[in-house]
Amino acid sequence: MNPLVIGIGHYLAVSGAVFGIGIAIALSKRNAIAVLMGIELMLNAVNLAFLTFSRFGSAFGSEPTAPLAGHVFVVFVLTVAAAEAAAALAMAVLVYRRRETVDLDRINLMRW
Amino acid sequence: MTAALDPIRAARVPLTGAKLVIGVIALVILAGIAGGVGFLVVSGALDGHWYDLRDLGIPIAHLRGWLDEQNKAQPAQLHDLLGDHWISYLTTALIGAIGILSFVGGVLLVLIWVERRLIGRIQVRRGPNRVGPYGLLQPVADAIKLIQKEVLIPNGADRFLFFLPPILVFIPGLLVWGPVPWAPNMNYLDLNVGVLYLIAISSLATIAIFIAGWSSNNHYALLGAMRTVAMMISYEIPLSMALVAVVLMTGSMQLSQIVQWQADHNVWLGALMPLALFTFFFSSTAELNRTPNDIAEAESEIVAGFRTEYFGMKFGLFYAVELGNAVAVGAFVTAFFLGGWSLFGLEQWIPPYLIFAVKVSSVYFVLVWLRGTLPRFRLDQLMAFAWKYLIPINLANTVLVAIEVTAFNHSSLPGVVSLGAIGVVNLVFTVWVARRWARFLGYRPETEHVLHPSLQTQVGGLRAAERLRASS
Amino acid sequence: MSSIGIVLGFYALSGLTIGAGLLVFLSRNLLHSVIFVILAFIGMAGLFVTLSADFIAVSQILIYAGAISVLLVFAVMLTPYASRDNPNSLFAPAGILIGLGFAGLMGFVGMRVIWPQLTGSDLEAQSFTGTVRSIGSMLLGTYALPFELASVLLLAAFIGAIALVREDEA
Repeated sequence: MNPLVIGIGHYLAVSGAVFGIGIAIALSKRNAIAVLMGIELMLNAVNLAFLTFSRFGSAFGSEPTAPLAGHVFVVFVLTVAAAEAAAALAMAVLVYRRRETVDLDRINLMRW
Repeated sequence: MTAALDPIRAARVPLTGAKLVIGVIALVILAGIAGGVGFLVVSGALDGHWYDLRDLGIPIAHLRGWLDEQNKAQPAQLHDLLGDHWISYLTTALIGAIGILSFVGGVLLVLIWVERRLIGRIQVRRGPNRVGPYGLLQPVADAIKLIQKEVLIPNGADRFLFFLPPILVFIPGLLVWGPVPWAPNMNYLDLNVGVLYLIAISSLATIAIFIAGWSSNNHYALLGAMRTVAMMISYEIPLSMALVAVVLMTGSMQLSQIVQWQADHNVWLGALMPLALFTFFFSSTAELNRTPNDIAEAESEIVAGFRTEYFGMKFGLFYAVELGNAVAVGAFVTAFFLGGWSLFGLEQWIPPYLIFAVKVSSVYFVLVWLRGTLPRFRLDQLMAFAWKYLIPINLANTVLVAIEVTAFNHSSLPGVVSLGAIGVVNLVFTVWVARRWARFLGYRPETEHVLHPSLQTQVGGLRAAERLRASS
Repeated sequence: MSSIGIVLGFYALSGLTIGAGLLVFLSRNLLHSVIFVILAFIGMAGLFVTLSADFIAVSQILIYAGAISVLLVFAVMLTPYASRDNPNSLFAPAGILIGLGFAGLMGFVGMRVIWPQLTGSDLEAQSFTGTVRSIGSMLLGTYALPFELASVLLLAAFIGAIALVREDEA
């Protein structure tokens, strides 16, 4: 692709890269809060993909009844991400109070 | 007070002789210039030409047009790559950025002097008057003193995280000046979502303060930072709701459109929505950590809060940014609630940016006045006020404003009548709901014991309070 | 979409975002990771601006950099004896491989597929005078039910968070 004409492909590559970094963080880190940061990065990458298709994808022919539907999706993803971050961090603090650690390798009571 | 006890009045020098003559001549010259300019304005000789300095956006627009014409001679590949307007865009963007930077820098310098001198006068003392004539070089002295301090980092503090907050707190202080509308054509960043941008940028400051408190490795700093952050995030909500009322009424989030609405309807939104004005103003004092809401950093309470371990120019940066944000808040209050650059049609003769500057200065004066006069609230009083009082009242206000806007848009009454009705309804609602909700929350003014001294000698002293309590 | 501003902006902002993401993974201090994730959020907001999504960009800064970041720092602060050096678990190599694999896959698909996208004059014809009005009318029109459900979700989340961390008054 032409590196000087920014199109869907470029944005999807960036979105995929950030999503990959988010997966790596979420799977590799021991601290629960770091895992949450990875999850937030993944949600951001998904937002970028939604907005890319909303901007460039009118050629797919879905616009007239719901213009900017991608933006509305992103609003809901932002909302759900905020709610889930609050709940997840509350749970992390609660687990810390009982077990004095947020290390995911040590919170293994439910393992076989 | 007798003359011997009044330090300010005793120092006044009467106007005599040569000073009087020079003053009169200067006044006559100024009147002549004003008359000449007024004649030019009235006769329409200035409208829209490049020398129309009433609105600095007009010379800039002429500059852009001229640069675009010069740009047409560029070769074709450059045209494809860079577009038509890159020189004009870049030049005007640079001019605007330099203008904003120099304005903010100049304002910061002046504000240090203004604030300390004004608070001194309000508290019946002189304020700084040693360093220059009337203490005008005090900011320079402050800056030199702060720069020459030794660079110390607290033991165990994280270097990267310690150096970051002064920078992080300065960035929003500059960015918020972007969308401010100085005149009908003088907008640097006329964003479609200007209101939301302001709320977002002011919420970036909380992270900087938190990191400042955390990285100092100091219990007092951490406590101060947590208190400050808790206060700032709780007051963001009434701030946003007051702005929601403004956006509902004007139908746009663009600051230039909000000011244009006030100019078109010849009304100030502060007069239409007094509750929104009060909420925005009070929440801004909380966001700025100024009295009466500066519990988190007051010197008698917690040393200096999150700034305890900062010294030298880092402390100077925090202090200066706080003052700069105060003027930015003044700019927003005028743009949203006090009519911005419009003054009921007077903005054709007086340059609108001068009107704006005068209004911003008056709001800043009110902020300094509050700081010099009021005692501060306790933190739990502040948080209760935000969550239990301001948020429900603003929710009700939002619903009321929405109903009014629908009625206003669908009514066939002349604008003055419907706007007057809206103003009266809002004022009555504000007063009623303020008193009723306070009573609901447990405020009973008739059972509180308040001292009402009529003579100065009744206040103070060990016996006076007992005497008063015994007599009432 | 070929003007120099957007090209430069895209590459700078995507470099910033991906770089900040990598630094979140690689930094040895948890609070440094939080700072870099805030930088990644701001870089994403910039990318949203290049996509003409002005409302979403500013909402991203308001929600992510302004509120979720404060939540993250509070959580780090309320877990004082947890390890601050951001360690990797034993699953780290597999995690990195999965991440790289996914990123490579998405990059390959993005760059190789011939997307039927708007280009040139069709793209210019889409005038973006501002997305706020359209988003608002859709949120209260076509998507009113998800809007109400989102508000119920937010209420449930914040009641849940308060109920979880409240000290028991036993």
